[in-house]
Amino acid sequence: MNLTLKVWRQSGPKDRGRMVTYRVEDVSPDMSFLEMLDVLNERLILEGDDPIAFDHDCREGICGMCGMVINGVAHGEQVATTTCQLHMRHFEDGATITIEPWRAAPFPVIKDLVVDRSSFDRIIQAGGFVSVPAGSAPDAHSVPVRKEDADAAFDAATCIGCGACVAACPNGSASLFTAAKITHLSLLPQGQPERLSRAKAMVDQMDAEGFGGCTNTGECTAVCPKGIPLDTIAQMNSDYLKANAK
Amino acid sequence: MNFVEGAEIRDTKAPAGPIEERWEKRKFGARLVNPANKRKLDVIVVGTGLAGGSAAATLGELGYNVKSFCYQDSPRRAHSIAAQGGINAAKNYRGDGDSIYRLFYDTVKGGDFRARESNVYRLAEVSVNIIDQAVAQGVPFAREYGGLLDTRSFGGAQVSRTFYARGQTGQQLLLGAYQALERQIAAGTVEMFTRHEMLDLIVSDGRARGVIVRDMVTGDIERHFADAVVLATGGYGNVFYLSTNAKGCNTTAIWRAHERGAYFANPCYTQIHPTCIPVSGDHQSKLTLMSESLRNDGRVWVPLRKNDSRAPGDIPDAERDYYLERIYPAFGNLVPRDIASRAAKNVCDEGRGVGPGGLGVYLDFRDAIGRLGRDAVEKKYGNLFEMYERITGENPYETPMRIYPAVHYTMGGLWVDYDLQSTVPGLFVIGEANFSDHGANRLGASALMQGLADGYFVLPTTIGDYLADGPFGDVDEEAVAAAEVAVRTKIDRLMSVNGTRTPDSFHRELGKLMWDYCGMDRTEESLRKALERIPELRQEFWENVKVTGVAEELNQTLEKAGRVADFFDLAELMCLDALVRSESCGGHFRAESQDSDGEALRDDENFAHVSAWEHSPDGTPVLHKEPLEYEYVKMSQRSYK
Amino acid sequence: MNVTATIERGAATAPVIPPKGEEKPRAKRPGGFLTSSNGKKAVMAVTGAVMVLFLVGHMLGNLKIFAGRDSFDEYALALRTLLEPIAPYRTLLTLVEIVLVVSVVLHMWAAISLSRRAAAARPVKYAARKKSQAKGYATHIMRFGGITIALFVVWHLLDLTFGVVNPKGFDSSPADRMIAGFDPSRWYVTLLYIVAVAMVGLHLRHGIWSAFQTLGVANRDRNRALRAVAGLGSAVLVIGFLAPPLAITFGVVQ
Repeated sequence: MNLTLKVWRQSGPKDRGRMVTYRVEDVSPDMSFLEMLDVLNERLILEGDDPIAFDHDCREGICGMCGMVINGVAHGEQVATTTCQLHMRHFEDGATITIEPWRAAPFPVIKDLVVDRSSFDRIIQAGGFVSVPAGSAPDAHSVPVRKEDADAAFDAATCIGCGACVAACPNGSASLFTAAKITHLSLLPQGQPERLSRAKAMVDQMDAEGFGGCTNTGECTAVCPKGIPLDTIAQMNSDYLKANAK
Repeated sequence: MNFVEGAEIRDTKAPAGPIEERWEKRKFGARLVNPANKRKLDVIVVGTGLAGGSAAATLGELGYNVKSFCYQDSPRRAHSIAAQGGINAAKNYRGDGDSIYRLFYDTVKGGDFRARESNVYRLAEVSVNIIDQAVAQGVPFAREYGGLLDTRSFGGAQVSRTFYARGQTGQQLLLGAYQALERQIAAGTVEMFTRHEMLDLIVSDGRARGVIVRDMVTGDIERHFADAVVLATGGYGNVFYLSTNAKGCNTTAIWRAHERGAYFANPCYTQIHPTCIPVSGDHQSKLTLMSESLRNDGRVWVPLRKNDSRAPGDIPDAERDYYLERIYPAFGNLVPRDIASRAAKNVCDEGRGVGPGGLGVYLDFRDAIGRLGRDAVEKKYGNLFEMYERITGENPYETPMRIYPAVHYTMGGLWVDYDLQSTVPGLFVIGEANFSDHGANRLGASALMQGLADGYFVLPTTIGDYLADGPFGDVDEEAVAAAEVAVRTKIDRLMSVNGTRTPDSFHRELGKLMWDYCGMDRTEESLRKALERIPELRQEFWENVKVTGVAEELNQTLEKAGRVADFFDLAELMCLDALVRSESCGGHFRAESQDSDGEALRDDENFAHVSAWEHSPDGTPVLHKEPLEYEYVKMSQRSYK
Repeated sequence: MNVTATIERGAATAPVIPPKGEEKPRAKRPGGFLTSSNGKKAVMAVTGAVMVLFLVGHMLGNLKIFAGRDSFDEYALALRTLLEPIAPYRTLLTLVEIVLVVSVVLHMWAAISLSRRAAAARPVKYAARKKSQAKGYATHIMRFGGITIALFVVWHLLDLTFGVVNPKGFDSSPADRMIAGFDPSRWYVTLLYIVAVAMVGLHLRHGIWSAFQTLGVANRDRNRALRAVAGLGSAVLVIGFLAPPLAITFGVVQ
């Protein structure tokens, strides 16, 4: 396959950045998207150019480190797929592919396609946990959990924290990410004692980081590699309102 | 490569007495640190996977000042997150005859009698607390309709002791530890340094007192001091270039510690996982594991004839070789990982492999679909089939999957005593980075168990005994400067070669060499060849590598080059260790040491020991043997016929 | 693989971000409920619900035109004389108007402030045309729809409430104004009305469901039902509001 890539290049946080066009030839359809960039990067190195910086680690769709906006869609158009799991066979020979970093003020670009997502960590710090020091836990069977609740909690807990929801949201909102954690813990008996204070603290932190508000467009859940459902946001809203009513 | 033999290691600090009382004894014997003093004690934890994340969180909860480092952009990314199958615990919730003793027994036996009994017993003992802790944190384990936890049997175990969260157990457990860690960061007990890579260990007055790290965003070389250093930096499977490890996994932290005096134990013990998606071409950057559970219903086969290029559907049953069922009629497709892996390699070596390059075997669900129906198969394995199709573009409901073994886990690592302390006082090593609990082969669903046992329960107790003597005062400036200069010199050297090959091209070549010569089966000849070839390649690397850009910014090529440089040195020690250990055991298969059926043959008389390697300044490794004694589990030869 | 690179001029560029240390602290202190994005959303949901209730009443009133001019005028008068003589003329209507104006203002304030927050959250736009991955386009025209509706309301008041742009003027009966307003000769007014009501329908289809979502009423089990309520509710309103003008324009009601 021969492709034209338009890639966002930005040498550092202070650089203004620009789109650079690369023509790449002989791309194998069996390559993953990142492998295609690997090969391009090796060529760039040999030509003495700076290779394209991008985040990636596990390359099996679970660590949440990779993420690019490909042709205007976070992680590309393949549904429920992270960038690392996307393969070139889904592109047409001769296609032009635009590659950009996640765009959001709370995700400043560090270099090229690498962004700083530490705002997500701070949202978790605000309350995305159950306060249980190691060594003090009661027997695991002491509190039964309805299977339906456990399954729904699991669905929310599968969030990989990649940030695609923010990248896709027209408002740059982190609601799906925040709601996924709030919902996960609020559906389980273990999460009840801190349920309302958690929701309040996490939502307030999300705001403080500069993310936009949710307008329920559903763009987030549509690009989410794990398909976190939109009703997690309703759960978050409900907990948040209750917390404020108290 | 030469080596010399040093003194035997006799004392591992494990208390004597009945095995079930040893951990209790050690806990009681370990000195406590007064809460007011904990605030004055600093601990550095490198790595934020299950072991490092849980350790940093727990040490923070105890009141120590913790500094935590990871190379990723968030502690939540560590590769523990990718573990699929589950976590073992001797809860015996099923009443199926499981017990702490049975988990201990299975682990010692599964490790092919190359693990320490005391350590393994403690692991089994602590396993039950891990489940309690995780559930209390809100880890959404699979549950039954009654609301209680579900378990499954895994990796050929005869009891159902594996707790799981669909195929994402590692993710859920890691997020539990990550959340505990973030809680401590918010509380101010842990200071987090993301995108920081440890490049050297500071040893002052014979104690580990800090680390030199590189801020991967700015390129700044920083020094961080502490009263103790904990390494939880994972395994070194990426020495093979292609493995199921994350792209960033590397050996640099433990290798630098090794060069600063920590012994490296059993580097040759490597686990090869039989069910991975095969390589599709030269561009391949990593390998993806398919859960082992697939072997419960899939049948493994290759064509009877060599170089049979027919589509799998066109090959009639009579011309198929269901080789695992043929060779191991009792266990069939469910033989342990190492055996399944080697059998696949053998049939491919015979020229009967399938797919690109002939490096693959079929894992066929035709019969399972026929027997259970497509819906039932989809229910059980739907997500795995989807993942397979995403990567290969083939539909496993219609064409059999192709699988091939891949490097998955390294049982070797830095040598530690019962307290998880290395040979450098004040340097503790936990999780996959140490060598301690799995012997020569790790059982399925035991890696998560070990990482969390070390981090939540073992280290926080044992490190206190060491820290009771602290704080240790000022760090010797000379030692710090020496480490910092070493780091800067290496970076400058890498930046200045300006050759004609990329770091990745060297890494690929080294990986191929290791896979061919020190992979699934090893011979004296192949290992000697590797030991000849590695130094040549390393020399070429230092003369011909090309790193672009500058060191004072985010430079992924430089990061890569530094890691590859350390892999060369590690690869050499792995081959040496594999050469010296002329027996077969667990994941280490020496072709010279097999029985008449081609099964691994241990040599307990000569090799019932841990090989702990000491780095010496002149480059000649010193081998220290730690004899292994089995008081409880009788040594026997494994057989799966 | 061969590679050639060219730099594209005039492409989107990022604003220069001040280096570390110089930047102002990003994490501001969290404020009260009304300054939070969720609080503003709740305001939108509640005020939206008030307006939907008003629309329901308004629609029912409009439909009185089918019962004849007198019936319609009586209804209009009743709105003004209700609660008399306990309270003065037009008490109820004024109260309703106050609540409505407050709702509209708060709804718009929240919308504007949320869209400013959204704009600040994405200072650099994507170069590639962003493709919507979610189902339903209504969700993306809420702000545009809101503005359209606001403009329409102004015209609507001038036409039928104050009679400024109505052929019958202010000194006429409500039914006269209504029938004259949608006279076949003023087909363009009807057309404008149809467009505006359609816009209201789209706005509500998303808005009603969105309010349930924002107020945390929606969940996995109820979602389907709530979406249906939102769809059905907005359809009923659209039909109910379009019936009188269409009937007038096509001469069914004279």
